[in-house]
Formats: sequence, structure tokens, C-alpha cells
Amino acid sequence: MSSGALADDLRAIVGPRHVRVAVAERVTYAMDGLPTHRRLPDVVVLPGTREEVIAVIRLLAVLGIPFVPRGAGTGLSGGALAEEGAVLIVLTRLNRILKVDAPNRSALVEPGVVNARLSAATRPYGLHYAPDPSSQSACTIGGNVAENAGGPHCLKYGVTANHILALEVVLASGETVVLGSPGGEPWGPDLVGLFVGSEGNFGVATRISVRLTPLPRAVRTLLADFGALRAAGEGVSAIIAAGIVPAALEMMDQSCIQAVEDSVYAAGYPRDAAAVLLVELDGRDDGAVGAEADAVTTILKDAGARGVRSAKNEAERERLWQGRKKAFGAMGRLSRDLVVQDAVVPRSSLPDVLETIAGIAARYSLVVSNVFHAGDGNLHPNISFDATDEAMRVRVELASAEIMAACIAAGGTITGEHGIGLDKLRYMPLIFDAESLGAMLAVRRVFDPEERVNPGKVVPVHACREWARAANPGATPRGSTGVGPGAPPRGQPVLAQ
Amino acid sequence: MTVLEKVTALLGEGAVLEAGTDRVPRIAPGSPDAVALLLGTANQEGWRVRVEGAGTWLPSDAPADLALTTRRLDRVPAVEPQDLTATAEAGIGLDQLRQQLADRGAWLAVDPPGLAGRTLGSIVATATAGPLRQGFGPVKDHLLGVTFVTGDGRMVQSGGRVMKNVAGYDLTRLQAGGFGAFGVIVLVHLRLRALPRADVTHVLEGSRDELTQVAEDIAASGLTPAALELVSPALARRDRWVLAVRLVGSPTLVAADEAGLGRFARLRAEEAHGFWMRLSEGFAVRPVTFRIGGVPAASDELLDLLQHQVGDEWISAAPAAGAIRWSGDTTVDRLQRLRRTLAALEVPLTLERAPWPVRTAVGHFGAYREGAGPLVAGLRRTFDPGGALVVATDGE
Repeated sequence: MSSGALADDLRAIVGPRHVRVAVAERVTYAMDGLPTHRRLPDVVVLPGTREEVIAVIRLLAVLGIPFVPRGAGTGLSGGALAEEGAVLIVLTRLNRILKVDAPNRSALVEPGVVNARLSAATRPYGLHYAPDPSSQSACTIGGNVAENAGGPHCLKYGVTANHILALEVVLASGETVVLGSPGGEPWGPDLVGLFVGSEGNFGVATRISVRLTPLPRAVRTLLADFGALRAAGEGVSAIIAAGIVPAALEMMDQSCIQAVEDSVYAAGYPRDAAAVLLVELDGRDDGAVGAEADAVTTILKDAGARGVRSAKNEAERERLWQGRKKAFGAMGRLSRDLVVQDAVVPRSSLPDVLETIAGIAARYSLVVSNVFHAGDGNLHPNISFDATDEAMRVRVELASAEIMAACIAAGGTITGEHGIGLDKLRYMPLIFDAESLGAMLAVRRVFDPEERVNPGKVVPVHACREWARAANPGATPRGSTGVGPGAPPRGQPVLAQ
Repeated sequence: MTVLEKVTALLGEGAVLEAGTDRVPRIAPGSPDAVALLLGTANQEGWRVRVEGAGTWLPSDAPADLALTTRRLDRVPAVEPQDLTATAEAGIGLDQLRQQLADRGAWLAVDPPGLAGRTLGSIVATATAGPLRQGFGPVKDHLLGVTFVTGDGRMVQSGGRVMKNVAGYDLTRLQAGGFGAFGVIVLVHLRLRALPRADVTHVLEGSRDELTQVAEDIAASGLTPAALELVSPALARRDRWVLAVRLVGSPTLVAADEAGLGRFARLRAEEAHGFWMRLSEGFAVRPVTFRIGGVPAASDELLDLLQHQVGDEWISAAPAAGAIRWSGDTTVDRLQRLRRTLAALEVPLTLERAPWPVRTAVGHFGAYREGAGPLVAGLRRTFDPGGALVVATDGE
């Protein structure tokens, strides 16, 4: 089918204004937040309702055309890019908060709802949506689900997977399935847990039930100033080892501090510090939180902090956080382009790994700035570069690979919250063997037998050991006592017996 | 050759344990590789395999050609107190693991139902969280990764050993609560907490309705207890229902929360230990145990429903989390009727423990939302293509 005829069919579903075929329109969607990957989709479609999403996906199923779901495009792994021949389904028009259930601390939202908007909408109820990626003013809940997004406050409150109760999902076939339950208890195996973080490979979430978290009544935000990066890393370990779980425990190195302080997001970080730690403690009782803040202050000073100060008021707290959350934007001052890397290491190896990264940066003559979730050991080494300089691009690729290798060697992994997407496919065989990668591919084929949803992402197919497809859907395993798949009626839980 | 002779030739005599009363050969592989070898062979030979841990939770009564017990997989290859992580084999008993962690100042914040020696693999496979789910989340929240062996003998790694990890699909969450339908868990990477410096329990006795309201008030007050559990009189061995509040953390935070409790009575340390242990063990002595999960505001209604349909003698509930565990003696018909009633309320019922005739008739899972049944069946075929693993997932 020609792209022109396909576009006509899509217009018939979503209306003429919501199908983009001109190059100038499509180029908007050729990248995400990572500047090293670019793909121009054939057609971009923006459905406005779940019914339109279903109709679009059913049409694509009939035609056998691959597609890629996309939220706000703030991802950092090239995950929401559509290869040639694929349709990009942009979900930002599905942006309604359908229900806030304050007594049960939950909300039902469409996938295009912006993360920060959900927290703003639930604030009057004394609640918020806890996962807070740095892009929360733009990124969508649907994208957060696809990537299992994190954020600074996930140290205490958990990542996206800890906050999703139920999902309505449209599979590649166009069939709708409901996973999870309003209280979060799975119906059988935890398919919500399996879906979250599947990077769009299992289908499109059209309705998302999220857990809301009470706003803390007492908050203390501390800024600790260190003369040495290693001492800051040791301070992190000391806090965790003391049994204290801060709401957030973030680190920024000198390069990052300078970028922030030179920008409109200047937060008053000490310019001469080798690193700063931003530590937030929260709870119910102001006195108890204050006492815990005092304990953290003592621990950090013992670890070598030159000074620890507490935000005196909400305005100062917001200023300290703005510097952290806008640090990636501030780094735009350093160079034309920025690769925001993502890896995780055991917390105790942070000081060594940070030194290794500094050595890699020096060897490749690159500026690497670190701003990251230290409490989780989730590093974000950010490499400043100029994408028009081909030699520099190669150095960035080589340095990135070495940083990943160093994190793996330390017992870590290649991504903590940004996902694999396109960018980290090549690293997957470094942490998973062929059998385990084959298992992932086999699971993907249960949801999407033709591998049409977001093709070419997450699992490097060439590195997988082959698993038999789960064919013959009518067959009952020998040890099973009778699976009752059938064709369940809509809208009601279905009893297998 | 008999099954036993073939297995002996494969794994050696040391792997063969004394058979149970049903005379099914009981095999205890000594390593994850041996589990893979055994299941690969079973798949080729067409043997049906039931999986057991210490044999203290699920009855060892499923019809099978052999029983695979993980009890020799009891090593703890790594405890990293600085990172608050550990790696343990699936067959280690929770009591042993707790002790090894405590020796290093670390704590696994799970308190599942069952006897103290219940294996880690059993707890993960059945996702049986206890009262600590209120403060520390369900079992899956304590897992960083697992290694499992599929029904056809493939060894699969999922997740990792660090606090955050989104590399690849989260097969760990599929295994947590999979009841062994998607493979045999052999190794678990755990997220730990520092051993709490303060750990206190307060209790309040009263009517069920009154205590449910108190629990709601506590949740609304901003208090963040580690456990907030409503326990039936028989289970608590008291005259009336008991609301138990467990507070853990730093002495300062715990003291502040205690001050907000009001008329509760604080238990002495040994009383608190005994209270929570009896609660856990109480669920291992009745023939049937199930859990249901609704929204918090429906807790009272769900408790009424249970009382009406199956009785409420042995119940432990977290009203603020919407989680209820029931134990007792009941029939297949009653369980199926209850599951139907609950399904209409969008409340899943998971059968955690029962004799085989009940398990096979009712199924651990038994009910799915629209469209999910074929996915579960597809995953089952993917991870156990020959149907070697005997698991009563869906009922009849």
C-alpha cells in the first residue's frame, strides 16, 4: 500500500488535521532527547481517543504495517523513533485525567497526560504522583510506563513500576486487554509488571491506573559541599548504611555545577566544589525529620563535606531543585549537543567508577559532566560534543562504550531508567547471554507475534538463541489443569473454570 | 530404566532423597546447572515434574513422575551490606537467610505466611507478602533479579544486582507470583534494608468495624507504619479483633510515630516477636489459604463478603493496602462461587495454598481480565513448551 493511500485511511479515522505526511512535519518526530539517532517516520498519526487508537492499530494489523507508539518524545534511548516503513502513533492528544480517586489514592489517566500535570491536579487532594523524571514538565505517563521511568524521588518512593495498578492495552492485533486490578493485585501472573518497561514492544497503553502518594508534611532539603568527588561518593554510602532512606539523594560534579551556575537556573551551588550532594528528607513529623536531617548533616561532615546547609524556605528549596532538574538544559551552554548517558553501579563502587569515567573523558578529550541519582547508584555521565564533528562523534561513541563496560565490570547495568531503545542494543549481549535474550524475544512474540510494535528495539535479535514460538494456542500443556483462553467477553473479569 | 534410575545416573545418588508417602521420587539437584539438566531431561522424556522447596507451604501432593526440591540450593553467594543487596539460592530457608543478613547488619523486609524455614524460592514464586507489605511493598519490590530454569531446561537470567535496572523486559516480575508456571527459580538477587535500629509493635483490640476505621484514620494521618494489620481473634489468639501497628526505622522517627498512635498498647519485644510469628505460622496449619486484593476503601465490604461466604475465623488484613489473607477449611464450590463474586467487583482471588484436588479444581489464578487469558497461556507455553511443570494455574 502506498503511504498516500495509508494516510487517507488514517485520515478517515482521526481526521485530516491529525495525519502528518509532509517532510517538514515528520522531521519534528525524527529524534527524541538523544541527538545521536535520527529516523524519519513514513507517516505520523495523532489519534485523539482510545477508540481512534484501536481503529488505527486494527487498520495497521490488517495491512501488516509496523508502528511505533510515542509520547512527548523526551526519551533518551532512541526508543520512540520509527524506522522507514513504520507508522508513528503519537499519543499526546490522549491527555485526559479520567478520574482521581482520593480515598483509594489512585487516578485513571490517558497515556498522553504530562507527568507534572498529574501531580498538580492531585495536589488539592494532598496527593501526588511520586515518580518525577527530570523531564516531568513535558514527559507523559504513557512514556513513563513504557520506559519504567525513574527520577530523584524514586529512591524512597520507587520507580514507575511501583506506581502502576492496572493498564488497558491495545495489542498489535488491535485486541484490547486489561492487566492488573484497581487495587493493584494481579489477576494471575503480574502482567502489569511485565508490561511496564517493555518500551512499547508489547502494545499501546490507552488507560493507566496509577497509585498516588500522600504529599509529605515535613521536608528538609540539604546541600552538601565537597572538595573531592570521592568523599561525596563515600558520604552517599554512609547515609544508606546508617539505615536512613532520604526521599532523594542526588549528586552533581564540578562541571555540572559550573554549567548550572552560569545559566538562568543558577541555584547558588558553590562554584569551587568538586561535587555537591542534594539530600531531601521527608515525613510526617517536622521534629523527627529535622532530627534525621541533623543526623545526615553529621554523617556528611564526617565524610568530608566542607559545609552542609539546609534550605530555609520553600523558595530556596525550589531553587536548589530547579538547578538539579534543569541541569541537562544548562549543559546546553557547554556545547552544541549532549549525550545523556545512563547506567547503574553498586552504590559502594560510585567513587571508583566516577574516577574511571573521569579517566575515560580525559583520554578521549571530552567533557563529561555528572549529575545523577547517587542514592540508587544511577549514574548519568553527560558527554558534551558537536554532532557536526564526525571525529568527535566517533570519540563519543567509543567513550560511551567504555563507560558502559566500566559500569558492567563494577557489577552494574547499562540503564537504570532511560531504556535500551536503539542506543543500547549493542550492549545487551554484555549483560545477558543468548538464552536470556532469546527468552525476552519469545515473550515479546507472545504479545506481538509479528514483531510489528516498535520493531528493532530492546532485544538484539541477532544475539538471541532461538526459542520455539508459542504456537498452537489451543494446546494445553501436559502439566496444566486446563487453561481457558477462549474469547472472553468484554468489560468483565473472566473465570477460567 | 525407571525414572529414578535415569535420574540417579544423571545427577548421582546424592541428589536422590527419600520419597514421600506417595512414593514419587524426590530429587534435590545440588546446583542451578543440575536443575537445568534435570528439567531438560524431563522435558525430553515426557516426565511430569512437581517443584517443592522445604515442603512446608504447598502440600507435596501433586501427581507427578518426580518431585524436584530446591532444598540443596541453599547457598548465599553474596551479601553486600554497604550496597544493601544480597544474592541467595532459592532453596535457602528464610530463617537461615535472615540470620545471615542480620549478622551483616542487613534486613530483608518481608514476613510471609508460613513456617520460619519456608524457602526463599517458595516465597518469591507465590508472591506471598505478609503484613510488612504495608510499609515495604509486595514481594516483587524486594527483587533485583532472578535466575530461573524453564520447563525444558533453559537457564534464564533476568534483572541484575543493582537498585535500578530497565535493561530488557522485566521477567523477574513474571516469576514473582508465577507459582512456578513459568520456570523454577534457582537464584534470587535481593534488595535489602539496614537492620532497623528501632522496631516496635503496638496493638489495639476492638470490634472489626471499629478497628477498620482506626486503620483508615492512621493511614490518613500521614503515619507510615511498616505494618498496619487487622487480625481475627482466632489468629491473634485474643478475645477480640486486633489492629497491630509495627513501626521500624530510626529511634527518632519511630518515637515520633508512636506519639501519634494514642490508645494502643505497646508490646514488649518478645511479645511482638511472638505475635508476628504466630500470625505467619497460623496460615500454614489450615488446609486452604488465599489472598484477595481490592481498593482500600472496599476493605470492610470485602471482609463482610468473606464472613458471609466462607467465614472470617482466620483472617489477616491490611485495610490501608486493600490486601486480605484468609485461611480455613472450605470447599471447591465455595471457592469458585467466591471467586466469581469477587471477579464482578474487580477483585482478584489468588489461591495460595490448598490440597491438590482443590488446587487443580480452583487454580491458583483462575480468573483473568478480558484478553489476558491467551497471554498467560502463551507465556506458559513459552516457558514450559512440553508441559513438564505440574502447576495448577487455572482450575477446571
